[in-house]
Amino acid sequence: MSKEHEVGSLDRADAVPMLLGDLDDFIVVTGLAGPAKDVANIARGKPNCYYLAGAMGGAVSMGLGLALAQPKKKVLVVTGDGELLMNVGALATAAVRNPANLAIVCVDNGHYGETGYQLSHTTLGTDLSVMASGAGIGTVRSVSEESEMAEASRVLRDSNGVSFVLLRVSTAEPPKFRRSLDAVANKIRFREAVLGEA
Amino acid sequence: MTASDDGPAWAHELYEFLKENEITIFSYVPDAGHRVLIDRSMADPDVESIALTTEEEGVALSAGAHLGGRRSVLLVQSSGVGNCINMFSLTQIGRFPFLGIASMRGEFGEGNPWQMPMGQATQPVLEACGVVCLKAETPSDVIPCMTAATTMAYKSDQAAMVLLSQRLIGAKAF
Repeated sequence: MSKEHEVGSLDRADAVPMLLGDLDDFIVVTGLAGPAKDVANIARGKPNCYYLAGAMGGAVSMGLGLALAQPKKKVLVVTGDGELLMNVGALATAAVRNPANLAIVCVDNGHYGETGYQLSHTTLGTDLSVMASGAGIGTVRSVSEESEMAEASRVLRDSNGVSFVLLRVSTAEPPKFRRSLDAVANKIRFREAVLGEA
Repeated sequence: MTASDDGPAWAHELYEFLKENEITIFSYVPDAGHRVLIDRSMADPDVESIALTTEEEGVALSAGAHLGGRRSVLLVQSSGVGNCINMFSLTQIGRFPFLGIASMRGEFGEGNPWQMPMGQATQPVLEACGVVCLKAETPSDVIPCMTAATTMAYKSDQAAMVLLSQRLIGAKAF
């Protein structure tokens, strides 16, 4: 483990719920691993969240597809630094289309937590908030302290184009809540909640 | 519309087919073989025309669109199929409908050796990932293959891809 390297001091168990606020304001797609656990622990079985447990690099693109299909609902993507780095071009695709209803949160702990806390590029100098700006996303925030949370939380809800919030957290473990890994059952449940059909 | 500088008639029929089947999101990495579909989707205010940085984005985008109740199609060149492999785990494990169209390189009459490896691997790779492949060799194959693929995707929750042969679209001259 390389936990002596920290990109932030916030504990994700507190910081993620504080930033996201009421999940009923969104329909949610999460990237695999830590962020899926963060959100599942808040949502506790609510059907408006779809969790990836693989398909690494797919979260932002999946959120973009959902945002295009559901323009009247705010779509929130919650992913991690490793997942986002795998397909960082997806930020450019989202930025170019710039749907008003897409918000992206990257929970950045600077490590690949799921595979043993190897260092990720964000510990070693890569700044995903700068990459999001460079991709063309107009509304970007970087949150390292509690005092920055409230404004960022509003931005996720109120932005008129794609918004991106980089939440810098410590290497504390994500919550242990056990989520369903049944991708078909979760899909059906999500569609029933959002569309009223399976 | 007839064959002209605007592209072959089958490509325009294909665009009309997709719209008639309520497929209203077109995602793609730019490719000459898909020129008509890409150009028409860009000019059409009733559809979304989404340029991707890599083809796998389109696989995930398609699944997201389905979660929200909208149909999409991914347009790729055969070389881009390789970029999609791990993302097909999403369509497979979630039994998401997926409809793709691949314009083939690296087969019938290819003159660029760099296109050969992925062109020859395209169908085996797709089938290994659980994607049903239908190959269109002539203009009269296109709509029947698309009809079959669209039915399998959106009625049977399968991943299906139509491969447009170089025999159909013409081998690029170098």
